[in-house]
Amino acid sequence: MSEVAQDAKAPREPLFSKKNKKLVTDPLTDNNPVTIQVLGICSALAITVQVEQGVVMGGAVLFVLILGNLFISLMRNLIPSRIRIIVQLVVVAALVIIVNEVLKAFLPDVSEKLSVFVGLIITNCIIMGRFEAFAMANKPWPSIMDAVGNGVGYAGLLILVAVFRELFGSGTLYGYPVFGDYIQGNGLYALGYVNNNMMILPPMALIIVGVIIWVQRSRNKSLVESN
Amino acid sequence: MKFLENIVHKMEPKFAKGGKLEKWHPMFESFTTLAFTPAIVTQKGAHIRDGVDLKRTMITVIMAMVPCLLFGIYNTGHWEMVAAAGDRGLDFWANGGAKFMAGLWVVLPLIVVSYGVGLTIEFIFGFLRGHSLHEGFLVSGMLIPLVMPADVPLWMVGVATAFAVIIGKEIFGGTGMNILNVALTARAFLFFAYPTSMSGDKVWMAGTESKVDGFTGSTALGDLATFMSDKPVFENLEAYTNNYSFFDSVWGMIPGSIGETSLIAILIGALILLITGVGSLRIMASFFIGGYVMGLILNAFGGNEFLDLPAHFHLAIGGFAFGAVFMATDPVTASQTATGKIIYGFLGGLIAILIRVLNPAYPEGVMLAILFMNVMAPIIDHYVVQGNIKRRLKRVKTA
Repeated sequence: MSEVAQDAKAPREPLFSKKNKKLVTDPLTDNNPVTIQVLGICSALAITVQVEQGVVMGGAVLFVLILGNLFISLMRNLIPSRIRIIVQLVVVAALVIIVNEVLKAFLPDVSEKLSVFVGLIITNCIIMGRFEAFAMANKPWPSIMDAVGNGVGYAGLLILVAVFRELFGSGTLYGYPVFGDYIQGNGLYALGYVNNNMMILPPMALIIVGVIIWVQRSRNKSLVESN
Repeated sequence: MKFLENIVHKMEPKFAKGGKLEKWHPMFESFTTLAFTPAIVTQKGAHIRDGVDLKRTMITVIMAMVPCLLFGIYNTGHWEMVAAAGDRGLDFWANGGAKFMAGLWVVLPLIVVSYGVGLTIEFIFGFLRGHSLHEGFLVSGMLIPLVMPADVPLWMVGVATAFAVIIGKEIFGGTGMNILNVALTARAFLFFAYPTSMSGDKVWMAGTESKVDGFTGSTALGDLATFMSDKPVFENLEAYTNNYSFFDSVWGMIPGSIGETSLIAILIGALILLITGVGSLRIMASFFIGGYVMGLILNAFGGNEFLDLPAHFHLAIGGFAFGAVFMATDPVTASQTATGKIIYGFLGGLIAILIRVLNPAYPEGVMLAILFMNVMAPIIDHYVVQGNIKRRLKRVKTA
């Protein structure tokens, strides 16, 4: 177990060293799990119709990712590498079941809207990807930082997409009517404004994510692959 | 192009000083420069193209759209008056001048909005990317108003144009790089984003909603689609043809999107495109054949009135002909290879009628079919080229 030996020898670093901070800030911008690594797209397209769903889904993934990364990191030296995927699955499945039950108990409305997508967090590539790529090879604290960075990066993008979709698709923001009442036809609707039905359809989520990727890449040319 | 140039040259002396039409010289001058500058033509060597550049191609297509536009304006005016009177039996040719002006009042703002928004965005992107304004939007900007219903709100046209130019074109690198036809992207966007303003029986005649209670401004296609439901508008096919005869559909004296109704006007445009060599005969012809074949197949199955509609009706109603002539032939988004063009057109026509008839929610299948074939065009080309390579390799081996 050479890893253990290395761990023991390494000098103690401060909790918020530059390296650890980078673990959090990188996934927020230039290594965002959704826009750069293009992971977790499935749920980003499906549940971003309303900001509330995006917030809850982002929170759920953040919770699962932090605890999962912590547990996997703690167990990383005990897991035989041949069955590591199964062990990771057990951890994530247990956490997702907890999240699902909590949502059902305390936020039944949102839970119903999210439906199967809470359960599908198990197959969210971001989570398995962080387990494999980070938690299996790093100590618990950096793993938590990594989980926070990726979880918030994912949640942030979800909310950003959801803001556009809810605002232009339903004329509301977190349930609050921004443009006036659609059914009564006051506010902006009195002037002939109509909600954009396409925003509610999944293809528009894909287009919004695409536009975000486009903007990000035009601002930071180093992200553009050379081919 | 050479053919046109000869005509213009023949006319030139008349406009020169002392000629019969001297007064009109500025107009003649501006037209010829628009159409024939730059005049650089390859003189010798293996080049087979003449000096036709993007601007000349675009202007030719716009000229080809003029008959559709003029007829569309008149037709729009006619149906607006029909809606106002609440009487579908109004004589089509009576009161022509007023109808044309009424139509112009509806169509002109659409054109202004479409060009205004589109060119502004093109200009911004040209500025950001450091290149001059491309002419690519000239045709799209004219096509967009022609595929709109008369009653569509102007701001929607603006939003759709912006969406189509940014998402449909600029995101891929601008003129010549787009995967999807820009004008159809705009229409598809409106169709899915604001379905109440793009379909149904309230939008095809300007001011239907506000004028007469109980009067439906439905189109031929919309009425036909009801055959697929429990409550058809007409009892049977005979009642339908009494209302919209084949003759009416060919002339275009039916409600519909502004530029799409008249088969005659579209065919005049097609002729201009074919004579100048701008449009592809392969695509147009195979598109019509594909639609006709699908019509025959559906006739063979039969079952209800829409399926039994004679196949030639399909070619004259809705946006089928307009799509075949002006949309499917877009040189950027269509297939490039000769065989590919035939496959592309044929499948496009086939799918258009398939969607139109079998999915009553999307009576305008032409739009979706062409967009779908736009996406498929590179694959078609790929296999055509691969097939050609394979055939040639075989020849080398056997020899």
